[in-house]
Amino acid sequence: MSGPRIDMIGNARRALQDPALQQQLRRAMPSFRRQRDAAVAEVADWEYLRSTAAAIKDHALAHLDRYLTELEMQVAVRGGVVHWAADAADARRIIVDLARRRGIRRVVKSKSMTTEEIHLNPALEREGIVVVETDLGEYIVQLAGETPSHIVAPVVHKSVEAVADLFAAKLHAPRHERPEELAGVARQTLRAEFLAADMGVSGVNFAVAETGTIVVVENEGNARLTTSRPRIHVAVMGLEKVVPRLADLGVMLSLLARSSTGQRASVYVSLLSGPRRPGEPDGPDELHLVILDNGRTRLLGDPDLRAALRCIRCGACLNICPVFERAGGHAYGAVYSGPIGAVITPVYEGLDRAGELPFASTLCGACAEVCPVKIDLPRMLAELRGRAVRAGHATNLDRLFARAWTLLMERPARLWIAGKIGRTLQRVAVRGRRIDRLPYPLSGWTAHRVAPPLATQSFREWWRMDRGGGR
Amino acid sequence: MREVALFVTCLVDQLYPQVGQAAVRVLERAGCGVFFPEAQTCCGQAVFNDGFQDDARRLAAGLIGALDGAEAVVAPSGSCVAMVREWYPRLLRDDPVLGPRAAALARRTYELSEFLVRVLGLSDVGARFPAAVAYHASCHGLRGLGLREEPVRLLAAVRDLRLVPLPGAEECCGFGGLFSVKFADLSGAMLAAKLDAIEASGADVVTATDVSCLMHIGGGLARRGSRVRAMHLAELLVQG
Repeated sequence: MSGPRIDMIGNARRALQDPALQQQLRRAMPSFRRQRDAAVAEVADWEYLRSTAAAIKDHALAHLDRYLTELEMQVAVRGGVVHWAADAADARRIIVDLARRRGIRRVVKSKSMTTEEIHLNPALEREGIVVVETDLGEYIVQLAGETPSHIVAPVVHKSVEAVADLFAAKLHAPRHERPEELAGVARQTLRAEFLAADMGVSGVNFAVAETGTIVVVENEGNARLTTSRPRIHVAVMGLEKVVPRLADLGVMLSLLARSSTGQRASVYVSLLSGPRRPGEPDGPDELHLVILDNGRTRLLGDPDLRAALRCIRCGACLNICPVFERAGGHAYGAVYSGPIGAVITPVYEGLDRAGELPFASTLCGACAEVCPVKIDLPRMLAELRGRAVRAGHATNLDRLFARAWTLLMERPARLWIAGKIGRTLQRVAVRGRRIDRLPYPLSGWTAHRVAPPLATQSFREWWRMDRGGGR
Repeated sequence: MREVALFVTCLVDQLYPQVGQAAVRVLERAGCGVFFPEAQTCCGQAVFNDGFQDDARRLAAGLIGALDGAEAVVAPSGSCVAMVREWYPRLLRDDPVLGPRAAALARRTYELSEFLVRVLGLSDVGARFPAAVAYHASCHGLRGLGLREEPVRLLAAVRDLRLVPLPGAEECCGFGGLFSVKFADLSGAMLAAKLDAIEASGADVVTATDVSCLMHIGGGLARRGSRVRAMHLAELLVQG
């Protein structure tokens, strides 16, 4: 769709050569996993919860037209306004127009990957509006001029020391080292921003169709302030976030908290049903809900990949992924990283741009095992690899390999002869029952491992000699 | 006597025939009659994992033909069995002839430890192997086929074998077929973590249910000059 081809191979190589990033990832990711595992182990019927959640999401997706219409009606009944955005540009236009019409000068934001997806901040800033991220991680990312590297933990790529340096440089404050002190510095700055802002922009974790309730989950309290203090609240949601009933939250919230941060419950769960009503002491004057498509209906119409829309953005697949743990989120070159990012980015942004991402996996399946809504991510990655090849994205080398392999393996006689020839040819390379160096393109293998030689006698030859063949 | 067709897999055939021989002997000791359908080659996983699904279909057709008629098919490789079981029916679902045959083959193809424990109900195959052994849970056997207990039960029953815990045993070794060549650095970094854990475990031998993982892990150990050897589960079960 937009932008140059994502070079995941090169990005990953550069990430591995960044010792600070490696140290940070190896420190953070295992602890995320441990916390999640402990929280999940407490639940006796975890598998039942997962199946139920998958069923709730599948049902909502199968009747999306009905539930989105119901959501719109219920939000409207409670005094909110629903806007439909076909794509990112549409969503930006809706929000920028609203800000312009209301004379907005300052915007506070709580954490929202969907607003990252639509690149909202630069669009508002072009209007001369000051935009401040209020989630601590997002605030750090914004100060550094970076993008989030993780769906849940946007600043997981940065060490405390790096944050201390950043704050000292950007906030002209004395250098603090301890995380609590750094949070204190951010809190002081942000408090003033909450009071000054006239618009708050949030994401949406779930939107309940039957009550028109927007659910925002967080741990810092900044989202509650963002959605209640400024006079206008704009919530941005992907259209897959709708759930039918309030009761569904009982399942979804438990899965989300345990899977994402290893908590039994998130610290703040805000259920927002409409703007402030007459006589109520707090809440915004206006509530706007922007419902975003931006490729999601394309995914919905894709039977092999549709289940990716179940995703509740918990980040568990990122945390368990051995590739993410070493490459980091930025290597994926897109808003959504990790296994789920490697599935949805090629659909949202096109295989031309993101065709390499599905290959950045061993298909080890760890992501599918932890996914709270049972998305079969490795199967989808394999499916997308097939599409990338069919769309002509394979390199000549790949095609040569596939053609040669298939020709060789299609006839047992060919394999037998090739084995004979190979055993003769390999003599130049085999030293002490191993091959220490292979030429390009296999040199990557021998950089880290020795290669095994062909056996002096293949199994099929042994079978003939020893067992006299048969069948 | 139970008749079993050995699907030896291409890597075992050409690189590690001793694993195939061990599998034959273990199955025979378990009271099975083993035969080797010679028309078999590769399940197609190598090209499938690289996105070449048409090529994979052609190789799948070949293997389905080679293994037709076998009552039970056993392979010393979880990933090749996962290919047959998970992907063959999917790849060939629109093929009116091969589709049903793929589904039938998927139902009667087993990984070796799965067959021994789940189908034959065995855990002790009469082996003896005096060594400290670390078990790496190969991804496709573990998560693709759901084999968490089976290999461990077989290892636990081997006399004089001391099973040492391997931290991160269920984490991928980083092989992933062509991933290990294309994303060689990522793969190498994943391998390094696996090798560190193996070397720190105090094991003499690291074992698994897939020669592809063991080719990767064993190749890494040899590159480091480690004293730890990589051996397939079948090779351990045939000892003594």
